[in-house]
Amino acid sequence: MSRLTACINAVKAANRKVLIPYLVAGDPDGDTTVALMHQLVSDGADVLELGMPFSDPSSDGAIIQLGAERALRQGTSLHTVFVIVSAFRKTDSHTPIVLMGYLNPLEAIGYASFVTQAADAGADGILIVDLPVSEAQSLLALTRPRDLDMIFLVAPTTTESRLSAICENSSGYIYYVSLKGVTGAAIIDTGEIRDRVSALRHRTQLPIVVGFGIKDTHSANAMAAISDGVIVGSALVQKIGELTENGKRDAAAIAESTALIKDIRQSLNA
Amino acid sequence: MSALETAVTAAAPAIAPGVVPETIASTGQDQFSGPDVHGHFGQYGGVFVGETLMAAVEELDKVYRKLSKEPSFWQAFDHDMKHYVGRPSPLYYAERLSKKFGGAKIVLKREDLNHTGAHKINNTIGQALLAKYMGKPRIIAETGAGQHGVASATVAARLGLECNVYMGADDVQRQSANVYRMKLMGANVIPVTSGSRTLKDALNEALRDWATNVDNTYYIIGTVAGPHPYPMLVRDFQAIIGREARAQSLLEYGRLPDALVACVGGGSNAIGLFHPFLRDSDVAIYGVEAGGDGIETGRHAAPLSAGKPGVLHGNRTYVMSDANGQIVETHSVSAGLDYPGVGPEHAWLKDIGRANYVSVTDTEALDAFRMLSRMEGIIPALESAHGLAYACKLAATMRPDQFIVVNLSGRGDKDINTVAKIDGISV
Repeated sequence: MSRLTACINAVKAANRKVLIPYLVAGDPDGDTTVALMHQLVSDGADVLELGMPFSDPSSDGAIIQLGAERALRQGTSLHTVFVIVSAFRKTDSHTPIVLMGYLNPLEAIGYASFVTQAADAGADGILIVDLPVSEAQSLLALTRPRDLDMIFLVAPTTTESRLSAICENSSGYIYYVSLKGVTGAAIIDTGEIRDRVSALRHRTQLPIVVGFGIKDTHSANAMAAISDGVIVGSALVQKIGELTENGKRDAAAIAESTALIKDIRQSLNA
Repeated sequence: MSALETAVTAAAPAIAPGVVPETIASTGQDQFSGPDVHGHFGQYGGVFVGETLMAAVEELDKVYRKLSKEPSFWQAFDHDMKHYVGRPSPLYYAERLSKKFGGAKIVLKREDLNHTGAHKINNTIGQALLAKYMGKPRIIAETGAGQHGVASATVAARLGLECNVYMGADDVQRQSANVYRMKLMGANVIPVTSGSRTLKDALNEALRDWATNVDNTYYIIGTVAGPHPYPMLVRDFQAIIGREARAQSLLEYGRLPDALVACVGGGSNAIGLFHPFLRDSDVAIYGVEAGGDGIETGRHAAPLSAGKPGVLHGNRTYVMSDANGQIVETHSVSAGLDYPGVGPEHAWLKDIGRANYVSVTDTEALDAFRMLSRMEGIIPALESAHGLAYACKLAATMRPDQFIVVNLSGRGDKDINTVAKIDGISV
């Protein structure tokens, strides 16, 4: 069993909801990203989604694009991402890390090299937003032997025939996209999401976590109530952006930038 | 039946049974090959978009595969091509220009004479038919130089559809006349301030809009890139250029051309000219990329000449990216060629060796722009001037009994301010 699956099973066994913050590797810089990751774990994160910055993130909204641009200005590359994961693993061997990004950087270094370096660094899962299941077989053939989980998105528009393929090829968890749009947009219809998630339950045993549009305790509670957990991205990246704006990198500033995750954890546990 | 129409019919390649077009009829059936059912041209093409858009892309594929088998669809397309666009566009022998180089005849396929002034309208007419069939009340498009934006605004106005055009904020400044043209036709022009503020960022923003408004929105992609089925269907609409040119060559010169030349940004005018000739192995094919300040400077927009395979905007193709896979900024005097990717079918044609891809610099293109204006009384688009510049070099190496068809993909009115500025003149 992968570290990711074991972790989520343990959370569910404890009757808790999975909390997954997303941050961009290298934003505001590599060392601070490692510090932010540890802070997020102490705030109550169960799994970390670490964004691999890309110049043209067409499935993301403006907030995450700006985070990626900050990281790229610092010279962040996939190599930096692996260094960050390795550094984090020196003192945390239990928190699963999912690398999330776009395909072109993987094409540039080669899938085999990517998978080897990601697994060696201590990553647990991979989510490539512009790689649908139908194009993912060559990457899957490399990730499976290394016990890396491949996570795929399910959207409100996903058809029945696609659902089958996604469920068959996914491991770790299913990332349910709450809305039609990009990251950071506002959730409109909780009822529809509930119906879709419960329909998805009949298709898969995998945990289902909801992302896109979760920005505060209210939206987190609403989504957690109908799923196994939530992913919080843009709202956190927005706060992390302030570290660049105010030029602060100290422990207090880092703790302040992740305070939202601490609040959501407490609210989910209440 | 006119002489041209007769010649086209005689020249038409084998057509699928049940599809009996008259004259210059479009069929979408007479293709060299590919893509396969998943949209692949060899290792290129495919579908690489976020999950939210997958259903929309699959639906479009289904609709297009159905409609493109119906003769009535192509009849409606051809009717608009003739009565609204003004096709067929002439094949014009540029005699003075040809004689200057003393080699092969340079013959221009005059797409600049189309309604709206470029080949872009061929594609937007076709995609507007798809949008109408699918019942989508809202159109979105991306644009660089503004030609595709204008062509999209044009068809949207004609069908009474809402039209939103994404355009890089820098391009909005560079191409203010086209911005105003779009607005006159009722389109909203949305300046894109993210990233490098040019065409690739406009494409990102259009994809975001589409994901958000996928239920009621049709996305008219302006070139043979994007996820499958766009590279296929845009090519099928633009292939009218090559079908006409092929028939006109047979009629007016009694044989096929020795070479074809077209500029390549995303590559829609080029694939449109090339495609009906792909099986004619004696016809040499040249795609001309934007060399900017020169390939060796790194400041260019020539992914086929100096890029490598990668994935951008929904398809696998040659892209300009750094060692870490980040897309790099491109440079070209021509806004319409200023794009870091290229249509996947071109990537495949390069790899199999059926087409040659070369580049010319900004300076060479500007020289050709001025030369055609002064020697033939035709002001070409800066994009088309790239093809022309290479054709002049090529002609000089060939015999006077040979001829080259150059796709003059657009007219240069939109570029007058750019060229005047380079010349230090205020218009």
